[in-house]
Amino acid sequence: MRIGVLCSRIRAEEKLLFSELERRGLTFEKIDDREQIFDLHQREYPFDVVLERAIQHSRALYMLKILNDAGVPTVNSYRVALTCGDKFLTTQALVHAEVPTPACLLAFTPESALEAMEQLGYPVVLKPVIGSWGRMVSKINDRDAAEAILEHRDVLGNYQHSIFYIQEYVDKPGRDIRSFVVGDECIAAIYRTSDHWITNTARGGIASNCPVSPELAELSIRAAQAVGGGVVAIDLLETRDGRMLVNEVNYTMEFRNSIETTGVDIPARMIDYLVAVGQGR
Amino acid sequence: MIATCPECAAEITLPDDTMESEIIVCPECGAELEVISLEPPTLALAPEVEEDWGE
Repeated sequence: MRIGVLCSRIRAEEKLLFSELERRGLTFEKIDDREQIFDLHQREYPFDVVLERAIQHSRALYMLKILNDAGVPTVNSYRVALTCGDKFLTTQALVHAEVPTPACLLAFTPESALEAMEQLGYPVVLKPVIGSWGRMVSKINDRDAAEAILEHRDVLGNYQHSIFYIQEYVDKPGRDIRSFVVGDECIAAIYRTSDHWITNTARGGIASNCPVSPELAELSIRAAQAVGGGVVAIDLLETRDGRMLVNEVNYTMEFRNSIETTGVDIPARMIDYLVAVGQGR
Repeated sequence: MIATCPECAAEITLPDDTMESEIIVCPECGAELEVISLEPPTLALAPEVEEDWGE
């Protein structure tokens, strides 16, 4: 099988995936996005399947488009990357698939954004539509903070920063849930616990095992299907009244803190799926 | 494998399973470094995180 891996910076996850490929005797070609020149008139690529592990969303998106248009299946697909890489598109996909997700408003000017925050009621969360690891995600507790942040965004930001994606703040119990979906199965989940309201493990959140209840599995799989399926990590918030809301879906998932925590060999499950896709199953 | 930190000139011992493009942190100065070559072992300052980096 001809396997390609799109990557640049080699994180712990990529090393684990490479080891798993090597353990199975599968050869693969690393496609470093920093070294590639793509001839846009080229319409064939010599791969049965390509695993996307690029760290930069814009590059991942374009490379996946080139490969998918040439008929090369990728994990994940261009459509999944496009949807998950943009919080607005993710929310649209979840809402139209009737997957529960926090209340969310979109506005394009600081004035209308302020009005939207007042409508939603403080605290609110303002997020850039593109970005990860909780960067520039702001919890806004009152009108003074709202005005300050909106002015900073207006003066200092680029055009992306004048897209105001405003989400209801969910008063979660000091933790959120990250579940891992591979194909049509929810294989594992962790709690991410933090004293800070941002619980990303990249920001110091502590991982512990979260049992995969039937409810969690069903919701995770529905969220994955809403964005187009594949191998994705779902971030979920628990409300005080016992509901679960899907917050975000990640398409180049990081899992280094979740293998020992859950006892699930996540890279092995990912490679199983990759091989199945490569075999056209 | 021993490489030199481009920031502080410390000599850094790289583990045997080190790969090209891997990111390491200099134990002496804390700089984030990218392994740009294994033969010979060569390190460069890693690029700063950009806005669209992530999962």
